[in-house]
Amino acid sequence: MPLIRSSAAELANLMATGEASSVEITRASLDRIAEVDGEVHAFLHVDAEGALAQAAEVDRRRAAGEELHALAGVPIAVKDVVVTRGLPTTAGSRILEGWVPPYDATLVTRLREAGLPILGKTNMDEFAMGSSTEHSAYGPTRNPWDLGRIPGGSGGGSAACLAAYEAPLAIGTDTGGSIRQPASVTGTVGAKPTYGGVSRYGLIAMASSLDQAGPCTRTVLDAALLHSLIGGHDRMDSTSLDAPVPPVVEAANRADVSGMRIGIVKELTGEGFQPGVQKRFEEAVQHLVDAGAEIVQVSCPSFRYALAAYYLVMPSEVSSNLAKFDAMRYGLRVLPEGIDDPSAEQVMAATRDAGFGDEVKRRIILGTYALSSGYYDAYYGSAQKVRTLIADDFARAFEVADVLVSPTSPTTAFPFGDKMSDPLSMYMQDIATIPANLAGVPGLSLPSGLADEDGLPAGFQILAPAMKDERMYAVGSALEKRLHAAWGGPLLARVPSLVKEA
Amino acid sequence: MSTSTTDALMGYDEVIERFDPVMGLEVHVELGTATKMFCGCATTFGAEPNTQVCPVCLGLPGALPVVNAVGVESAIRIGLALNCQIAEWCRFARKNYFYPDMPKNFQTSQYDEPIAFNGFLDVELSDGSTYRVEIERAHMEEDTGKSLHVGGATGRIHGATHSLVDYNRAGIPLIEIVTKPMVGAGERAPEIARAYVATLRDLLKGLGVSDVKMEQGSMRCDVNLSLMAKGAEAFGTRSETKNVNSLRSVERAVRYEMCRHGALLAAGEKVVQETRHWHEDTGMTTAGREKSDAEDYRYFPEPDLVPVAPSREWVEELRAALPEPPAQRRKRLQTAYGFSDLEMRDVLNAGLLDLIEETVAAGGSPAAARKWWSGEIARRASAQGQDVPTYAAGLGLSPAAVVELEGMVTSGRLNDAMARQAWEGVLDGEGTPTQVADARGLQLNQDTGALEAAVDEVIAANPDVADKIRDGKVQAVGALIGQVMKAMKGQGDAAAARALILERLGQPS
Ligand SMILES: [Zn+2]
Repeated sequence: MPLIRSSAAELANLMATGEASSVEITRASLDRIAEVDGEVHAFLHVDAEGALAQAAEVDRRRAAGEELHALAGVPIAVKDVVVTRGLPTTAGSRILEGWVPPYDATLVTRLREAGLPILGKTNMDEFAMGSSTEHSAYGPTRNPWDLGRIPGGSGGGSAACLAAYEAPLAIGTDTGGSIRQPASVTGTVGAKPTYGGVSRYGLIAMASSLDQAGPCTRTVLDAALLHSLIGGHDRMDSTSLDAPVPPVVEAANRADVSGMRIGIVKELTGEGFQPGVQKRFEEAVQHLVDAGAEIVQVSCPSFRYALAAYYLVMPSEVSSNLAKFDAMRYGLRVLPEGIDDPSAEQVMAATRDAGFGDEVKRRIILGTYALSSGYYDAYYGSAQKVRTLIADDFARAFEVADVLVSPTSPTTAFPFGDKMSDPLSMYMQDIATIPANLAGVPGLSLPSGLADEDGLPAGFQILAPAMKDERMYAVGSALEKRLHAAWGGPLLARVPSLVKEA
Repeated sequence: MSTSTTDALMGYDEVIERFDPVMGLEVHVELGTATKMFCGCATTFGAEPNTQVCPVCLGLPGALPVVNAVGVESAIRIGLALNCQIAEWCRFARKNYFYPDMPKNFQTSQYDEPIAFNGFLDVELSDGSTYRVEIERAHMEEDTGKSLHVGGATGRIHGATHSLVDYNRAGIPLIEIVTKPMVGAGERAPEIARAYVATLRDLLKGLGVSDVKMEQGSMRCDVNLSLMAKGAEAFGTRSETKNVNSLRSVERAVRYEMCRHGALLAAGEKVVQETRHWHEDTGMTTAGREKSDAEDYRYFPEPDLVPVAPSREWVEELRAALPEPPAQRRKRLQTAYGFSDLEMRDVLNAGLLDLIEETVAAGGSPAAARKWWSGEIARRASAQGQDVPTYAAGLGLSPAAVVELEGMVTSGRLNDAMARQAWEGVLDGEGTPTQVADARGLQLNQDTGALEAAVDEVIAANPDVADKIRDGKVQAVGALIGQVMKAMKGQGDAAAARALILERLGQPS
């Protein structure tokens, strides 16, 4: 099998046995990027030189007999919302064009220390606001399954680079589904850890109380390996959990669901879900039953308020988090036209007008309104109460079920432009993923197959109680094993090659 | 924006006759923590601009705050010293507004959940009475950066061509202490304001939480003031005079605003709710930003920080370890040392109380301690622009030196003039009092024969003076003592000389 099609775990083995070097593997990824990224546009910035230098360094350390991390030498792509010292970081926005951070996010430090060559920065909806990458200031990423369709969002770049075999691993961030929904529509795997499980230090904040970084991969085991590497306490992030990373790798390796109670959430199935997506979901559930799991039906009635609560809490935090982009210290600076001697406030206004896209402005305005005095209690206050109710629903559901499952996204990838004029239908993409962010519980998406009506990937979501992330890896890994057996290999084996045959 | 500098003012007596002032004071105190409130940057005053900064206090994308535990501890100690309740659970909140010296365009502060609330501070007034200032709250927040407006005449933003921002101050921990509205202060309002700030300053200094240097901005006062007609129930419209940065200015600003409000109200005009700038040079305030109650900071709980929940055990530990309140300590020591009010005031103004207390603890007498730590050393310190404790510390002088010097006087080795010479030598760095006395040959002449001879000689040479003393004008003895000392070349014992002269002239000594 060519290097680019191997999983991270397989690549790690090849390096351990001396069958491949990190430089060879990294170069293969870079060659693939050069070959297909003109069409896919998963990357905003590629750092071939830096990646190869890191690869060579790991090869040298390995040759010297040093003890290395399991993923040492496996190249990785990083979503552009994560700051990287010396590498441009834009969060998909014009307002940060040209900004080169002077520091690394904590998770990037961990990647560098473990010796993972960083291939580059992946495309995304501006400031992670969107479900299609169509809101990127630098143009959309295309879905390798069908270049006329969206790769999901906001982390469409991180998902698409996996599906296009440009990288074996990627970092994503998930505020309302930005890891899981792209995984779902590209036939890849993505996990959002428990809130606080991975440091947020160095993630350009969208909504602080919801943001969470996590692994984007092609297999459940790879996700567990990467989760394990980037997870764990960070004293630079007060909200980071001061607890060991859950035993996710062990759980993925054991892949044991016998006796587990799998809860099907009534509110997250059926109506509103594409029939082909729903069908693959039901088959996947049957696979879990075959593997020894028990199915229970649960109801989470407050979930129907989740989207509304999310679109109050998130924009409120956005309106404050994005205030710092004001042209005074870094990034874009636009001088207002027709004013000879503009004040700082006029420069701020002109820059924010020119530098932010429509969706970002929409959310800033929504959030500013929701936090206004006189409206705060009705909007932000009520939304926080809904969060509590949703957490209560989860708590009750987890009394009778060890994990909850649902389709990840209600549809497969939709064509470009389909939902751009209708923000609400775009927001509906995250209907099944948002409750986990509001409650801080972990969620994982893996492919459940191709929908009959369009032949495009559908996703299966597993939700676990907070700090019990290992459960979703156990279930995901068991399901993946059975599905691969049923399909005769991974789903991604069927993705178009993207290379025009001569 | 009004730039009027010719406010009509009502005479102060008339203001008092017709109106009752309502006053509220907001004091911002920079804590003396080694590092900033939410990052590890140093807080040294006066460093090169933008050298004490990091991604957190510059508000770079992705950076996150972490609470400085020492800052929280200081806040709790301040709250306890102000007789406040300490919150069992409270959160930081974001105060959102755009300003170039605020890196994130929000200030991390506290809103409806302050760490300390409902306290009071008793302040002493000049007539000896006590006024209780009710404390509404004390909360934690971060300071902003500092804008420097360049190109204008005054350093103000008006007329400047550009501005420079120094973010060294951004993120330095601040405690904001807010009083409840003070009603019924009447004509004493300016004095109360000053006394409150002075008392608060001493309290904070005693706690060791801040250097409380108003001139360096580590303690800043905003004065809220309104007037209401005598007998009225509802408060009038207030003005908020910002950054009043000396005790004297606090008093003057309150008085000025009372007179300005009085004139406006008497003329049937409205007081504008606005912030006002205080001008130390002219003693006036000028209009700043108009401020309405509708000004909306869109406060919400800071999602990047976890709640602060100080355990009751910790709070009680901190309470038990609080130092004695300065006013109480001053009273106790004044009584113990037998200082007059005037002496005590001088001691306090010169900042000598700690040194005197240490000297007494080392075995010195309060009077000697006060004497030697004042006078010559004070003159030298002030020539260096320092206070005595700083100057003494610079010389490596300890209370033991004063105790030693006093011992040499009481043992009869030195007279007062010699002791002064020895002390000068000590201040010149020539060694301990004993070393200086040895080196300079300072030693009272204990030869009683020589003293008797000198006394008899001086009495004989001054018959007129001697007669006066015989007639009971004992105060004239000083002139003779001086001559005796001169005759003995300064090495005589002045006390012995006095006793001997009086004895010879038949007067009780
Ligand atoms: Zn800092």
